[in-house]
Amino acid sequence: MLTYALRRLLLAIPTLLLISLIIFLMVDLAPGSPMSEIPRSIPPEARQKMIEALGADQPVLVRYLLWLRQFFLIEPAYLIDGWFGTSLGGGAQRILSWQSRAPVFDVIGQRLGQTMTVIGAGYVIAVLIAVPIGVYSAYRHYSWFDQVGTFIAMIGYSVPTFFTGVLLIVIFAVNLGWFPSYYDTSLTVTDFATFKRQVWQMALPVTVLALFHAAEISRYTRSSMLDNLGQDYVRTARAKGLLEPQVVLKHALRNSLIPVVTVLALGMPSIFGGSIIVEQVFKVNGIGAALIGAIVANDLPMVQTLTFIFAVLIVVFNLVADLLYGMLDPRIRYE
Amino acid sequence: MQQGGDIGATRPVLDVRRLKTVFNLGSAEVHAVNDVSFHVRRGELLGVVGESGSGKSVTMMSLVGLLASPPAEVRGGEVLLDGIDILKLTPRALSDIRGARIGFVFQDPMTSLNPVLTVGDQLAEPLIRHKGMDRRRAAARAVELLEMVGIPDARARMSGYPHQFSGGMRQRVMIAIALACEPDLLIADEPTTALDVTIQAQIIDLMQDLRQKLGMAVIWITHDLGVVAEIADRVMVMYGGQVVEEAPVRDLFAAPRHPYTRALLRTVPALDGARLHRLNTIEGQPPILFEAPGACSFRHRCDHADAQCACVNPDCCKVAAARDATDDPKSGHFVACHHVPALPGAEARAVAVDA
Repeated sequence: MLTYALRRLLLAIPTLLLISLIIFLMVDLAPGSPMSEIPRSIPPEARQKMIEALGADQPVLVRYLLWLRQFFLIEPAYLIDGWFGTSLGGGAQRILSWQSRAPVFDVIGQRLGQTMTVIGAGYVIAVLIAVPIGVYSAYRHYSWFDQVGTFIAMIGYSVPTFFTGVLLIVIFAVNLGWFPSYYDTSLTVTDFATFKRQVWQMALPVTVLALFHAAEISRYTRSSMLDNLGQDYVRTARAKGLLEPQVVLKHALRNSLIPVVTVLALGMPSIFGGSIIVEQVFKVNGIGAALIGAIVANDLPMVQTLTFIFAVLIVVFNLVADLLYGMLDPRIRYE
Repeated sequence: MQQGGDIGATRPVLDVRRLKTVFNLGSAEVHAVNDVSFHVRRGELLGVVGESGSGKSVTMMSLVGLLASPPAEVRGGEVLLDGIDILKLTPRALSDIRGARIGFVFQDPMTSLNPVLTVGDQLAEPLIRHKGMDRRRAAARAVELLEMVGIPDARARMSGYPHQFSGGMRQRVMIAIALACEPDLLIADEPTTALDVTIQAQIIDLMQDLRQKLGMAVIWITHDLGVVAEIADRVMVMYGGQVVEEAPVRDLFAAPRHPYTRALLRTVPALDGARLHRLNTIEGQPPILFEAPGACSFRHRCDHADAQCACVNPDCCKVAAARDATDDPKSGHFVACHHVPALPGAEARAVAVDA
């Protein structure tokens, strides 16, 4: 399995290189200039100097190779420096945001926590409610519980998050005033009062995300569970006299979760992508907001780096899904 | 055959009386089991034959609540296990009996074992559930069981997964699971149908061997009349969810009386002699019973059918005593047909049997 994982990772390198080139070229093709946000009163010579200082006047291929070197060699060196206090980076030029002149990875580091807290909580809660609902829906399929679940799942899956987000804000923040309508990034949890505020401000975005993902995951779980409950080995488990919880949770669920876990792993990268909208709606200052801000400001290094990170996540989680599949299903062995 | 002489003396382990099972499909009902009565005694092997769709498996599954309900519904009858009606038990109490006092072996060993659990784990489950063993003792007993069913290197194979076993070996594992708690009754639903012929013979030998060793009753469902002739003590022929003929194995093969049984026996190709003609078949399909049968369900495929067959469903009556005459009123040759006395040849044979 280890050799398999290593081989897959090695094979991923050319794929990722190609993806990075395509991303770089496509983002570069987009019209606009890093100076578009700079006031018009600044004379053209000064503009030109600023562009040169950013390295934005270099040919695209040069910038690409420089970016590759920065992304794969220099940034990891700084990362290690940050962890262990070494000085591998040696003052080499990092990937700088054209917008803020700060290293892109510092910005990402600041934003990641917000995204992980809100989006991660949404996904975890989605899984925690979706799997039991899916199992029970399948176990009592066509019951009223299943019918209601199907209806809610259909709504949750088909109504976009920007709509449910705004709807929840209107109902619970504006009309009822139970929750704040936006997410205060500057809040730090120090005591119970701030913890409560944090939970309160997370409630709406997490609910929106959880509803959306739970709808999807519960459907997968239900259909997978239905497949397995009809299998011969479930009848064997009952013929052994096992009690229903054991039949359902040990025999059927274990098999049913194999495809579900795969879907969950494959869905991880899209959490980050999907978070863009929710972060916009609730003003969460996370990765998604950073990406939107960078696009608006023509901050090419930021856009290229973030997009490439999403690509890396997709490749990595594809591998994770495959490895998990191999771990859960003894019939699959990666040699 | 092995135990033909003394079976009459022991009382039935399982006595099924007028069992009725219906599949309620909402818009329609399918009467899959109609007033089926039979019994099986300790140490006896009852063969159950009939073509696909005749209600063999459904009958056995509905005895112990293994059919999904809904749609399946047991509408009536009694299932006496050592004199206690298990149809009246709660689902929980019924699950105490499944696997402990009644073991099951199913047709397809490829799909009957859970692919993600080890063989040892699956074998230990009934021991932990019914015998109250802890994991370690259950595992030790599981090794013994695997050895009993002839799996070489049993200890090492405990941690193997079903896909690492061949079809025949998986069926041995299934048998070990079924026998784990030393049940009084083993129900084997076409246990050899999915296996190739040499493996079939091995499994049949193994089952015969274990039956003698453990002295349990066996109900063996099969299409294969050759297997039945070889291993059964008594044979029950089912058609349209009903028992149409039931007799000790030698009586049935020597003097089959029901037109359906005769037709079934004619379909067995002879191994000797020239292959002069096409294989015999029974024309048509078994009926799907959307209502409880009010007439003989075989009449559309029967040469002897007349007006009476179309309006009265024949009862299963005793037409002759068993040739191994016993005092047991339950033994004998039972047939459900209006035309038994009139059937050509039956008279002469019946006289010979009675004499």
